[in-house]
Amino acid sequence: MTVPISHFVTFAAVLFAIGAAGVLLRRSGISILLGIELMLNAANLALVAFGRQHGQLDAQVFVFFVMAVAAAEVAVGLALLVAIFRKQRSIDVDRLNVMRW
Amino acid sequence: MRADLIALLPELMLATLAMAVLLAGLASGKARHGLLGAGAVLALAATGVTLWLAAGATDPGAHFFSGMFVLDHFAIFFKALFLLTAALVVLLSHDYLKRNDYRPGEYLALVMFATVGMMTMASGVNLAVIYVGLELMALSTYILAGYFRREVKSHEAAAKYFVLGAMSSGILLYGLSLIYGATGTLDLATLARVLASAKPGPSALVGVALLACGFLFKVAAVPFHVWTPDVYEGAPTPITAFMSVGPKAAAFAMFLRVFIGGLAPLAASWIWLVGVAAALTMIWGNVAALTQDNVKRMLAYSSIAHAGYALVGLVAGGPAGVNSVLFYMLVYTVTNIGAFGFVILLESRGYAGETVADYAGLARRHPAAAFGMLLFMLSLGGIPPTAGFMGKLYLFAAAVNAGYVWLVVVAVLMSAVSLYYYLRIVLQMYLREGDGAEPATLVAAPWTERVIWACGVAVLVIGLLPAPFLAAARAMAGAVGLL
Amino acid sequence: MNAYIPVLLFIVIAIAFPLITFVFAWILRAGRYDPIKLEPYECGNPITSEAHDYRFSVRYYLIAVLFVVFDVETVFLFPWAVMFRKLALFGFVEMLVFIGILVVGYVYAWRRGALQWV
Repeated sequence: MTVPISHFVTFAAVLFAIGAAGVLLRRSGISILLGIELMLNAANLALVAFGRQHGQLDAQVFVFFVMAVAAAEVAVGLALLVAIFRKQRSIDVDRLNVMRW
Repeated sequence: MRADLIALLPELMLATLAMAVLLAGLASGKARHGLLGAGAVLALAATGVTLWLAAGATDPGAHFFSGMFVLDHFAIFFKALFLLTAALVVLLSHDYLKRNDYRPGEYLALVMFATVGMMTMASGVNLAVIYVGLELMALSTYILAGYFRREVKSHEAAAKYFVLGAMSSGILLYGLSLIYGATGTLDLATLARVLASAKPGPSALVGVALLACGFLFKVAAVPFHVWTPDVYEGAPTPITAFMSVGPKAAAFAMFLRVFIGGLAPLAASWIWLVGVAAALTMIWGNVAALTQDNVKRMLAYSSIAHAGYALVGLVAGGPAGVNSVLFYMLVYTVTNIGAFGFVILLESRGYAGETVADYAGLARRHPAAAFGMLLFMLSLGGIPPTAGFMGKLYLFAAAVNAGYVWLVVVAVLMSAVSLYYYLRIVLQMYLREGDGAEPATLVAAPWTERVIWACGVAVLVIGLLPAPFLAAARAMAGAVGLL
Repeated sequence: MNAYIPVLLFIVIAIAFPLITFVFAWILRAGRYDPIKLEPYECGNPITSEAHDYRFSVRYYLIAVLFVVFDVETVFLFPWAVMFRKLALFGFVEMLVFIGILVVGYVYAWRRGALQWV
């Protein structure tokens, strides 16, 4: 018995929505980073599931690259947060308001 | 294998030289601005020569690396443009970095890495390759936006850019995965074939919509533009100049390649989406620019508006539309880099000298530089005999011929609105006296001045003699295969 | 449904193992306490501050960031190692180039003082 593709796709969609909600609603910089990671991993999951459905390895190879990119992204994000924390003693993104929209 | 490596040689070379600059910068710390800057410019020039040689040695219609990479005329045009942009930005940065006392090594290396990413985006005909190039460009630019780490504004710009940029890249990637799920391919040519042969299901359409959102974010189009003013204001000014032309042109290269190329069979589904976004972008960008007192913010909204004009060319599509976007990117690059160069000259320390009032009476104190700024403002507003006029003319002509008259009407009306804020700066420079106790003056920055001169000459030459440049753009995208 | 039985079994064992360990430890331990025994560091180092309400030093983040970047790169080493014989010399040179790029990053981090615990 195998898990049908629709389960993977639904799960990926839910994961993506949770990640997006996290980015938009949370105030802590770390939570926002977590949300971004969730979004990327949802896309990864969908890619792997679709790749299996199509019987190809393309998508899995792409996922390797996305993982490396995601790691670089989180490194840049964390480094930025550290720099901001050193300056402002807080990583609450609501306090980044020197410039107004 | 050998042909593959030759086609990739420009990117390989620039990446290697960027690492060399990074390590050389490590050894020299905050000293040796001149040597490192010269090294970076030479590296970019050498890459340009390599690009020329590689283009001569490969077949423009050939695919490399199992069909993932091309070096067609379209890619060559954009790569040459990116190398030019990067070289101008490095020259603009020289005096600015020295004055503000920041390390040059990492900065120059990051500009070069971002350029490698942009070049990869222009050459990729596989969604995975395009995505990796995009991220290399984006990650380098996030760091560059926050490079002035003693300034709160620079941090804030980087944080906002990072959060929204990373989110948009997540949306884009999810769109990619849905398209892959619907078609079973990441290759643009196969994608076009599959989409043309079968009626796409809803998941493919959702994927295309998400992809469009991600791309519209990258070109800073309404409603995905909110990051632009803050990021452009807070980032170091040469980086603002870089972001407003380099990554934007790269995003257009990928936009054209993916939408006009791979997703052409679905044009009926996405064309209205992009058309509406173009109209909204032109309207909102220009209207919001009217109320800005900070020149960097004003130029940010102006850059949003210009993305809208270029989107008109994308909506027009076809060889004429693609050509006009290519030509417009060239015009916009020289004009905007010149304009930001002038802003840099006025920033005596930190972020001082950014408000419109600081421009009062500059024409009398610095007639030559003020004349340059006058040219750039006229070009951005689209007044003959400058390059901006020619750029807009060809964009709008392509759109009218393709039957998008309503879009051109919006574009022309909004260009008229834009004259108000561009001419406001000219008015300040030429007709007002500086009323403050100490009127703002330009700092001595020989390299920045030379860049302004070069851009000013380019704006005039392209405006008066557009034929050779247009011919170049036409030859480049002439046989628009794009795939 | 039979395919899920190993998963169920795994979950049951995963929950049961720590519980059993705790119960055994609770039964077997001696239970003699004095103030010195209760100190966090039994080696005798004096405590300088409370553990909670005390943030981690930024230095940990720096190391963590470097770890994340260099660790994830191994994701490319696995497929290469599996296909090592098939990729032959080309794959080997390719991987040397890849690791060379990582070494440049490592040298940069090292010389820039990112690994220094100051």
